[in-house]
Amino acid sequence: MPNMSLHKVEMPEQNPDVRNKNFKEVALGYDEDMAVTEAQRCLNCKTRPCVSGCPVNVAIPDFIMKIIRGDFIGAYETIKETNALPAVCGRVCPQESQCEQLCVRGKKGEPVAIGRLERFAADYFLANGASKAKKAESNGIKVAVIGAGPAGITCASDLAQMGYDVTVFEAFHKAGGVLVYGIPEFRLPKAIVQKEIDALLDMGVKIQTNMVIGRIKSIDELKQEGYQAIFIGSGAGLPNFMNIEGEDLNGVYSSNEFLTRINLMRAYEFPNYDTPVKIPEVAAVIGGGNVAMDAARCAKRLGAKEVYIIYRRGEQEMPARLEEIHHAKEEGIIFKLLSAPTRILGNDEGWVTGIECVEMELGEPDASGRRRPVVKKGSEYTIDLDTVIVAIGQSPNPLIRNTTPNLETESWGGIIVEEETGKTSKAGVYAGGDAVTGAATVILAMGAGKVAAKAIDDFLSENKEEKRL
Amino acid sequence: MYEILKKQELNEQVKLMEIYAPGIAKKAKAGQFIMLRIDENGERIPLTIADYDREKGSVTIIFQEVGKSTIHLGMLNEGECLADFVGPLGVATHLEGYRKAAVIGGGLGTAIAYPQAKALKKIGCDVTVIAGFRNKDLIILEKELFDITDKTIITTDDGSNGIKGFVTNILEDKIKEGEEFDLVIAIGPLVMMKAVSQLTKRYGIKTIVSMNPVMIDGTGMCGGCRVKVGGQTKFACVDGPDFDGHLIDFDLAIRRQNFYKKEEQTSVEKHRCRLEGVN
Repeated sequence: MPNMSLHKVEMPEQNPDVRNKNFKEVALGYDEDMAVTEAQRCLNCKTRPCVSGCPVNVAIPDFIMKIIRGDFIGAYETIKETNALPAVCGRVCPQESQCEQLCVRGKKGEPVAIGRLERFAADYFLANGASKAKKAESNGIKVAVIGAGPAGITCASDLAQMGYDVTVFEAFHKAGGVLVYGIPEFRLPKAIVQKEIDALLDMGVKIQTNMVIGRIKSIDELKQEGYQAIFIGSGAGLPNFMNIEGEDLNGVYSSNEFLTRINLMRAYEFPNYDTPVKIPEVAAVIGGGNVAMDAARCAKRLGAKEVYIIYRRGEQEMPARLEEIHHAKEEGIIFKLLSAPTRILGNDEGWVTGIECVEMELGEPDASGRRRPVVKKGSEYTIDLDTVIVAIGQSPNPLIRNTTPNLETESWGGIIVEEETGKTSKAGVYAGGDAVTGAATVILAMGAGKVAAKAIDDFLSENKEEKRL
Repeated sequence: MYEILKKQELNEQVKLMEIYAPGIAKKAKAGQFIMLRIDENGERIPLTIADYDREKGSVTIIFQEVGKSTIHLGMLNEGECLADFVGPLGVATHLEGYRKAAVIGGGLGTAIAYPQAKALKKIGCDVTVIAGFRNKDLIILEKELFDITDKTIITTDDGSNGIKGFVTNILEDKIKEGEEFDLVIAIGPLVMMKAVSQLTKRYGIKTIVSMNPVMIDGTGMCGGCRVKVGGQTKFACVDGPDFDGHLIDFDLAIRRQNFYKKEEQTSVEKHRCRLEGVN
């Protein structure tokens, strides 16, 4: 008999007033009893709508049934069949707009907590299971993957399982991409990311860090070195600014800079780590996505007395996950909705002293279907502060497109690909993730990496003999 | 790991190191830079490539011990390794098509001006080098510069080497004497590059400066290195580090350079304490 409770089993969390002063993980995860109780809410329905809502098609009801039976390792293995990063996805996927949105239980009451269950299975495995990652028999064909973020990791993992000789080139000194430089420790512990990277290495994937492709080697040079196919998953590394007055003042950061200092370089442990970050007194984060929530919650944890989120639309329109908005509010982040910055104010020495905003009201829906914000006349107001973090999105990094002849890109920089395969305009070169779509989610990038791995295998399966080393 | 093949003291505060990085050595060009990280706790610091040896697979860096990381770097010895060494980053200096160039180095900037002068000479350009230092004890690369051209002038602010004056004075004298430069490359402290650019603007001589702002990744990701060039925001790491000296907003660059002054001081103090065993 299924558990007919209308509500998800609550997941224990650190108390908001405690956690907003530390960088330890906020959500603590289910224990075995909680997981089984929650799993019993799944009806194991025949139509399996949740699976179609998952960009990598995890066999959701199957893994949940295994949790009910107490086969937690088996549950993990089911997830792992199609998802290279279960412990990551269980934490950062926007389940409410994917699998859980389609869950039958969500029609009356809350959907099954698929994300929490995924995380449980993955954490259980990391704590108790033994990695079964084994090297597939090598087919001797070399494939290069550029970027060790979610798209690249997934693509590399799938190709390695098919027997390809995969080398991943990563620009930073550490593999993981946005999982290490962008998403903070309190939402995704770096030790978990490292375990996923280690699993990749166990499969025989080689990772070369400190390799900025486009500078030290070009795509064409990789081809000359014998890589039969190349996947570009270089991400959306170029921060957008608002182009308003005062953006060059000291105290204004792109979210990329602020988060990279804190997450990758561990500036929150300065001076034990050498990279500094200014401790804000009062900070404002511009934007309404997950990155904005991360930046605001980091600012609070560094010790800022007040942290504002300034967003030009309403809460309904915020692209951030519901859980992140909820957590941010609990931690004391102040939301200034329907507000848009008009200029950043500074003193004679070039330091930020305040931000001027106007209030907005929502008009007709725009191209994205969201109601377009329009300025409310005479509504200007100012917040006194010393830190402004601009989190209004990123564009694809131009390094590769500028150094690769015949690689077609959109005017805004995205690499043009065939959607079903990830195939670019250049033979043997595939792309996926934020480098193609502009800033999106971890799971969509993973889905693209998966699609490309399949297409690369199809492409290389012709004339396999000739392509061996 | 990237091994230190050679270490040499150029003056009390300035050191030269050759680092084993064959991939970078193979691709490096004058004007590009690398980023390095000494160890797991280290910060990523940008340093312009001072020289390279493609056969040996080495990249030369020259640095002044000013902050915690450079002081720490200076303490390492031949045979030891750096955790990370990334490059070559940035766009190489565009040197083709010039007939007569003045290459100006200010203090440590001379280390970066040196490969530029060398590269210009190699492609047949007539090169004058003007290198300025505060006093004679701080002079670096004197022999190397004279090896490139006998039209090298080394000047000191206090005249302690026999030639007194700022690089701008010497450059202006040369121009007044009738030297028809069609290119000036100025590399050094921001105030010096600003002064040179103001001077050459009056004479209408194309001037390239090399910016060295605060940066984290060096690949266009953080935007921390943004500079204003002709009213437009550019990222020094991917659009530079070279820019038109007549278009750069130097005052803004000077202000941004002070962003982390206080934290850098904290870091140095902590490092000194540790060295002296106080902590």
